[in-house]
Amino acid sequence: MATVVPRPAAGVRAWLGSVAWTVPLTALAVLGLAVWVLSVATGVLVALWVGIPLVLLCVVMTRRLADLHRAWASEVLGRPIGRPYLPVPPRGSVSSLKAIAGDPATWRDFAWLLVNASAGIILHSLVLGLFAGGLWYLVLPALWWVVPEGALDLPLGLIESSRSSHPWVPLVLSAVSFALSWWLTPRLTWLNARMAASLLAPTRWSRLAGRVDQLAESRADTVDTHATELRRIERDLHDGAQARLVALGMSLGMAEEMLSRDPDAARELLAEARASSSQALAELRHLVRGIHPPVLADRGLEGAVRALAMTLPIPIDLDIELHGRPADPVESAVYFAVAESLANVTKHSGAHRVSLRVRHLDDRLSVLIRDDGRGGADPGRGSGLSGIRRRLAAFDGTLTVYSPAGGPTVVIMEVPCALSSQRTSSSSGTA
Amino acid sequence: MRVVIAEDLVLLRDGLIRLLEAHDCDVVEAVDNGPDLLRALTTHRPDVAVVDVRLPPTFTDEGLRAAIEAREQIPGLPVLVLSQYVEQLYARELLSEGGGGVGYLLKDRVFDVGQFVEAVQRVASGGTAMDPEVISQLLARHGGNEPLQRLSPREREVLSQMAEGRTNAAIGGRLFITEKAVSKHINNIFTKLDLPPSEDDHRRVLAVLAYLRA
Repeated sequence: MATVVPRPAAGVRAWLGSVAWTVPLTALAVLGLAVWVLSVATGVLVALWVGIPLVLLCVVMTRRLADLHRAWASEVLGRPIGRPYLPVPPRGSVSSLKAIAGDPATWRDFAWLLVNASAGIILHSLVLGLFAGGLWYLVLPALWWVVPEGALDLPLGLIESSRSSHPWVPLVLSAVSFALSWWLTPRLTWLNARMAASLLAPTRWSRLAGRVDQLAESRADTVDTHATELRRIERDLHDGAQARLVALGMSLGMAEEMLSRDPDAARELLAEARASSSQALAELRHLVRGIHPPVLADRGLEGAVRALAMTLPIPIDLDIELHGRPADPVESAVYFAVAESLANVTKHSGAHRVSLRVRHLDDRLSVLIRDDGRGGADPGRGSGLSGIRRRLAAFDGTLTVYSPAGGPTVVIMEVPCALSSQRTSSSSGTA
Repeated sequence: MRVVIAEDLVLLRDGLIRLLEAHDCDVVEAVDNGPDLLRALTTHRPDVAVVDVRLPPTFTDEGLRAAIEAREQIPGLPVLVLSQYVEQLYARELLSEGGGGVGYLLKDRVFDVGQFVEAVQRVASGGTAMDPEVISQLLARHGGNEPLQRLSPREREVLSQMAEGRTNAAIGGRLFITEKAVSKHINNIFTKLDLPPSEDDHRRVLAVLAYLRA
C-alpha cells in the first residue's frame, strides 16, 4: 500500500472537483468534532442510564460520517474500503452497547474523528487556500479600479504593487498559486484519503473476524442442509425401497410355499414380486438422481445441464463454455442450484423462453439464467432461491436475483473455483 | 443369434448369459470393461450387443461411448444399451447417426423375460427398442405442444407404443385392438402431426422421435 503513487489530477475537472470537495468535507470534519465532544459528554452519562440512547445516537452518527468518508476515500484512492464493523446483536440497547464498545472499529472511528478535525482540516485548508489565493490575485488588479486608490495595495517589501506601479505582480502570484494548487491538490487529497483509510478501513483483525462469522454461518447452514438431506434419504429408503423389498420377500416366500399346491396362485405372486422389484428400482433411481445424478458423474456439468434442459417443458437456449471440470462438490452444488432455478422458472414464472449461460472467468464459475416470465422472484421470502443461496454459500458462492414485477428475471450464480483440465467442452444450442 | 454382452457386475452378467442362452442365443463373448467391449465388437461383429452404460475403467458412460464408437466403425451394428437410469441425452446420441438397430432400456425391463428377448430380437433385426420411460419423458415434455393435444388418448397410447419400436401387430396385442384399428390410429397420428406415412418400423420411430425432439 505504501508504495502507491498519488494519482495526478486527471484534468481540470478533477482538480476543480477536489478543490470543491474540501468545503463540505471541512464542514463534516467540524461536525465530526462536535459528535466527538458529544460522545465524551454522554459517555459519562451512561452510568446514569439516560446516556445509553445518546451514546448509541452518537455511534450511529459517527458511523454515518465514517461511511461517507469511506466512500470519498475509496473514490480518491481507487480501491474499495470495506466496513469493519462487527455485527450488533439485536437484543436490546445494553447488549448492543456492549458489542459496540467491544468492537475496535468503534474506537478507531473516534480516533479518526479527532485526526480528521485536526490534520484533515489543515490539509483541506491548504488545498482550498492555494486555490483561493490564485483566484484572489487574479481578480485583484480588477478590484484596484473599483476600490479607493491605495486600499488594496500589495506591500511586498522590495517592490510595491499597485494600480500605478508593477500592476502585473498579482498576476504572477496568481499563476504561481494556481500552479502550486494544480500540483499539490491531488497529492494533498490523496494524503488525506490515505489518512482516513488507515483508520477507517478494516484491519486485518476485523477482516478475519468478519470472515470467521461468515464461515461459521455458512458452515451451520451446510451442516443443517446435510442433516436434513440425510433424514430425507433415510425416510425415502425406509418407506420406499426397503418396504418394497420386504413385500418382494413375502411374495417370494408365499410363492415358494404355494408352488406345488397351487401353481396358478404362485405365478400370480411371482408376477407381483417382479412388480415390487421394479417399483423398488424406480424409487432407488429417483433417490439416486436426488443425491448425485449419474449423468453428472458421466458427463460433468455441461452434459448434466444439457440433459436437464431436455426434460424442461420450456424452450431453452444453452450457451456453455467450460474448459475442464470443477471439483466434484462444486459441480454438484452448481448443478442442483441450476436444477432448482430451472424448476422455479417452470413452476412460477410463466416464461415462454429461458436462456442459460455458463462461463468460467477469473477463477469464478458463473451461471446466468434469464427468463421472460412475470418476474417478482424474491430470494428473501424463503423460496427455493434461499436454498440455492445456502447451497452456494458453502463454497463462498453468491446468488444475485434481478426480478422486477412484470419480468424479466435474471438469476446470476457465481462460485470461486478452479477447473481441472481433464476434459474440454464447449457448445451452444437450443433444446 | 450371436451376442456380445458387456456388464461389469458378475451377478448380472451371468444372469444375462443364462437368460439369452435359454432363448437360442449364442453368447460369443462377455466382457466387463469399455476397451474390451470395443475390441470384442469389432472382432466378433455380433448380431447384437447387449451393453451396460456404466463400465470400468471410469465407471461413467464408458459402455455407451464404446457402443457408439463401434457403430461408427461398423455402421448399423445392432446395440441394445441397458442402464439403471434413462437419460434423453443418451437416447438422442444413440439415435443421432440415423442407422437402425438401436435399443435403450432400463435394466428392470429384463425382469419381463418375454418382452426383453423380443426387444433384443427386434434390435438385432435392425429395429428399435426405446424404453417407455424415455417416451413418457418426451411426451411429458411436449405435453403442452399443440399438435400433441389434438391426439385422442388412444392415439397417444399408440404413439407411445410406436415410439418404443413396436410393430402394428405388437401394438394391437398390447392394447387389445385389431391390427387394422392400429394402422387406422397410426394414419390419424401421422396426419395430425404432419408426418410422412412410412412402412418401415424403424423409420416410424425416428419420425416420431424427430417430431418430439423438435
